[in-house]
Amino acid sequence: MQIYLPIAEISVDIILLLAMGGGVGFLSGLFGVGGGFLMTPILILVGVPPAVAVATQANNVIASSVSGVFAHWKRGNVDFLMGWILLAGGFIGSTVGVGIFTLLKNLGQIDLVISLCYVIFLGTIGLLMMLEGIKAVSHRRKTGGARRGKLHEHNWFHGLPLKVRFRKSRLYISALLPLGIGFFVGILSAIMGVGGGFILVPAMIYMLGMPTAMVIGTSLFQIIFVAANVTFLQAVQNQTVDIVLALLLLVGSVLGAQFGTRIGAKMQGDWLRLLLGALVVMVCGKLFLDLLVTPADFYSLEMVR
Amino acid sequence: MTPLWQRLSPLARGVFLLAVLAFVALPKQSRAIEVDLSSHLVAITAGFSGDKILLFGSINSPGEVLVVVRGPDADFKMHRKEQVAGIWMNTATMRFEKIPSFYAIAGTGPLEEIASPTTRALNGIGFDHIGLELPVTKAAGRIAEQWKDSLLRNLLRAGNYQLASAEIVFLGEHLFKTEFELPANVPTGSYSVSVYHLREGQIIDARTTPLSVSKIGAEAEIYDYAHHQGTMYGIFAIVIALVSGWMGHLAFRKG
Repeated sequence: MQIYLPIAEISVDIILLLAMGGGVGFLSGLFGVGGGFLMTPILILVGVPPAVAVATQANNVIASSVSGVFAHWKRGNVDFLMGWILLAGGFIGSTVGVGIFTLLKNLGQIDLVISLCYVIFLGTIGLLMMLEGIKAVSHRRKTGGARRGKLHEHNWFHGLPLKVRFRKSRLYISALLPLGIGFFVGILSAIMGVGGGFILVPAMIYMLGMPTAMVIGTSLFQIIFVAANVTFLQAVQNQTVDIVLALLLLVGSVLGAQFGTRIGAKMQGDWLRLLLGALVVMVCGKLFLDLLVTPADFYSLEMVR
Repeated sequence: MTPLWQRLSPLARGVFLLAVLAFVALPKQSRAIEVDLSSHLVAITAGFSGDKILLFGSINSPGEVLVVVRGPDADFKMHRKEQVAGIWMNTATMRFEKIPSFYAIAGTGPLEEIASPTTRALNGIGFDHIGLELPVTKAAGRIAEQWKDSLLRNLLRAGNYQLASAEIVFLGEHLFKTEFELPANVPTGSYSVSVYHLREGQIIDARTTPLSVSKIGAEAEIYDYAHHQGTMYGIFAIVIALVSGWMGHLAFRKG
């Protein structure tokens, strides 16, 4: 059954949208990420204009993060102090990001920049995750037990001022660090239509040195607000949030995320990392190839209102 | 309660029109052309995935028939891609202002054969006469020609422009019918459907009938709201997302 999307101005099969929402929601629950990095490219593939896909997906990320955050909250796995500081950076970053988005849209470069951001940022993270996963999985096979290293590495950024004690995460680090990470991820989430979990989660683990258990809940917490900010600004500045599309995706993704979270809790972290890495690399590889392939028509058309 | 007429399928409406025309148009022979559409209003609703419009008409003397459907004017942006460091990116953009957002031609024969060049130029019939050329200040010569060709090619591919050179079917001596397709992404606004009766390349009579394409119902309201009340729309979208995320959580906690 076809449904006409009022903002995207195309008609799409309802069942297809529900299935997309469900599938991506499942993966997002499984890996503890927003799922935007999969949904946005798929939406573009289905024929939704990239600007609408990005903005609508931001709206969808709110719902899947809310639905996911409760479970982590109940287990006490949300570091609210860390979350608020990340959020402050994320708010500024996403506001700047939507501004950049509007500018690029007017210049006709937004599609390219969206693709490039995916390839560069997501691709790198995916590759690293995959390698790390492979290493960890094969290492465990050999030694038969988990390797216990240092709690976290010490780097130059641990010398930054404004140190704050994060009791829940058992960290004593500079507030500038989560602020900066939040800012950077905020920009990316506005341009790429993602919550930013794929950068936030590794950054919190490797740069901040947060305990892995605390990372997912805290990142979901801050993603809710950053995605809300992006949705709001996109709706006001670009009028590209399609409520009908968002609702249809929501239904599937909220249900899917619940199943994903349950299964994810039973799986080993290393395997999750390996699988997520492989998935990310595949998505980025496709986008990268599309940039390299000679287009069928060098000219493309855009209707202006 | 919907009138009986609106509950009929486009085909049924067409057949009905045909019957009326056969009854009314032929004996009187008062006008040279009679014409009507299966529907003067195309409503874009939730289930919209394109539509077909049937056109029926009659002419009272021999000759050729040409139908031109023209949509409201709109601005278009064209981007040209080039390879930069191995990657294809838009390197040039050209804006085409006030050109028809929809343009379809159907005739009893190829346009060049049934209408003389002068007739086409004077009446703005055919892709060469609807202002697709860039102003000389923007581009000239071969470059301008390339932009224009690409614009036309893209509009044809998108279904905004259609060229069916011999799609008009005569049913007997006087009655004719044709059909044109509005794509799912059809631009909204006021259309005009012009029917020309030609002989030896000259227009001997013409009739124009209106066609309206508009978003109806919830779709139209959502679109208007998004474009005129962006702030409220944004807040509304966020609230919906928050509530449905929370409900998803609740539903699963209980179950």
